Amino acid sequence: MSTLVPLPMAIPLVACALSIVVGRWRSVQRLISVTALTAVLGVSVALLVRADDDGFIVHRSGGWSAPLGITLVVDRLAGLMLVVSALVLLAVMIYAIGQAGQERQRVAFHPVYLVLATGVSASFLTADLFNLFVAFEMMLAASYVLITIGGRPDQVRSGMSYVVISLVASTLFITVLALMYASTGTVNMADLSLRLAELDGGVRAALALALLVVFGIKAGLFPLFFWLPDSYPTAPGPVTAIFAGLLTKVGVYAIIRTQTLLFDAPDWMGTVLIVVAVLTMTVGVLGAIAQDDMKRILAFHIISQIGYMIFGLGLFTVAGLAGAVFYIVHHIIVKTALFLVAGLVDRRAGSSRLSEIGGLVRTAPMLALLFAVPALSLAGIPPFSGFLAKFALVDAGLASSSWWAVGSSLAVGLLTLFSMTKIWTGVFWGEADEQPRREPRGDGRLGGPIGMVGATAALGLASIAVSIFAGSIYGIAERAGHDLLAPERYVTAVLEANE
Amino acid sequence: MTILVAAVAAVLFACGTWLLMQRRLSRIIIGIGLLGHGANLLLVTSGGSGGRPPIIDGSPLGDYADPLPQALALTAIVITFGVTAFLLALGYRSWQLTGDDQVEDDVEDRMVQRREADHAESEHPDVDPDNDLGSDLEPAPVEQA
Repeated sequence: MSTLVPLPMAIPLVACALSIVVGRWRSVQRLISVTALTAVLGVSVALLVRADDDGFIVHRSGGWSAPLGITLVVDRLAGLMLVVSALVLLAVMIYAIGQAGQERQRVAFHPVYLVLATGVSASFLTADLFNLFVAFEMMLAASYVLITIGGRPDQVRSGMSYVVISLVASTLFITVLALMYASTGTVNMADLSLRLAELDGGVRAALALALLVVFGIKAGLFPLFFWLPDSYPTAPGPVTAIFAGLLTKVGVYAIIRTQTLLFDAPDWMGTVLIVVAVLTMTVGVLGAIAQDDMKRILAFHIISQIGYMIFGLGLFTVAGLAGAVFYIVHHIIVKTALFLVAGLVDRRAGSSRLSEIGGLVRTAPMLALLFAVPALSLAGIPPFSGFLAKFALVDAGLASSSWWAVGSSLAVGLLTLFSMTKIWTGVFWGEADEQPRREPRGDGRLGGPIGMVGATAALGLASIAVSIFAGSIYGIAERAGHDLLAPERYVTAVLEANE
Repeated sequence: MTILVAAVAAVLFACGTWLLMQRRLSRIIIGIGLLGHGANLLLVTSGGSGGRPPIIDGSPLGDYADPLPQALALTAIVITFGVTAFLLALGYRSWQLTGDDQVEDDVEDRMVQRREADHAESEHPDVDPDNDLGSDLEPAPVEQA
């Protein structure tokens, strides 16, 4: 079974190489990409099922034992993240093929997208802090290319701030790695978990906070989020969707992994995380209310939602972590679906600015339906997955009696509903106040090409499936929470199972 | 020796941070380069003091330098190199498009700001609209459709 572990990284990387070779034939490129991502999805599901049975699947590259060799680990959290990310990557790829804009013109799209997939999978699989850095760089380098793929002036402008801020975060990451290596002499996470515990409390606190800053930039935590709403909306539709759905969540995953595994979750860290979480959700949702552009409203909501996940982590209880993990699963699917709808609306109406579009519920009722399901889910209306995710978190918060954090998360939920209504009235009801900048493209009853609508609908259905199968998904999340709070299990699995 | 290297890393970090604060992309790129060098130096220093090349030839184990941070630094250098090349290409593209490599403000932020200013004016009708109260917020005269 452990031979399957490297496949979610290996398949897209090999497919990327093939895709460059056949760069001239777009249909072959498409076939390779879709096949590779489907295979990754299949392997990820198999890994998740096995990880849920056994707890941990450990793979040692080249048979080298743990602290020295390169180790890959799939536990319940990593398995769940792999499955959701593979699903979303596949859906967005089909959407991009259906859209046939940037994808058709640019040879680089498919190979770069596959490198992005490799980086995302590698971040979830690695059990080594330095390899996490390499995986992040892989993912980010691909994202730099994707965000500027058209080379338009606005893309270059926002791409610059995105690249610079990511580079600063990466440099900080290397710095923290150097400090950690100097104080412990290892970069293997399981080994670090043991060695860091021997350090002085102050040094440990400094390292924990430095890592929080590094991943906080990538995840878009308050006050490090400012680059996100500026850069995401300028990229081509499918690229924005995959960034919004996945990239920040990889940062959240890294925060959860490092704060639970490497450090012993002191009380003050819980307080810091909860304060940051509440500020992140509040500032994000208030920022969203001020915007006039559909994509920017949604981009601010990413920030707001990141707050919920960090809130769950900050509680440092099984229920809190389970809620956070469930929230991430729900959020990745719903957010990607919303951005895909935004791309469809942009195409159909010629603009994504609320003041320039209106009345889409009459002209493209299908899009209205596709928007309504994830939007209501995001706002936390029962019976959608967002309600269950928020309920799990609120329940966990009440159990730990963090009243003010729970109160503000409910208020933020209300404001989220308000700004979803704002999009609804602006885009789907009423009339356009101003002329859109580009010509709208009418496409029959569906409101867009079949590939785009189909992929969006698939994600909408997936979000409904999350609420139907909430019991078993929450079960996995809860067991993942147990594992996260008992890091010695991870350490034992990695270090002591050496044959 | 370690102190010297640490001091060099500190100077590189300081200069890099200062250059990063500038508005011109060319300076920012140099700043990122310096920051990257600082971080890589720190990574090399983290292996402790130097020693013999880590090729096992029968010397006592304590004599060898720690090879791991060197390998890590090498990887980090390659990554920094690639990304810097991309950033330079981006800077060149920006120069092609605008004839300048200044990093501009977020357009949407300025629009929200302007809308706020318009809003404030319409809420206080007693304020003379020709009064140039909000003029510093409006970079160019905008016609209201």
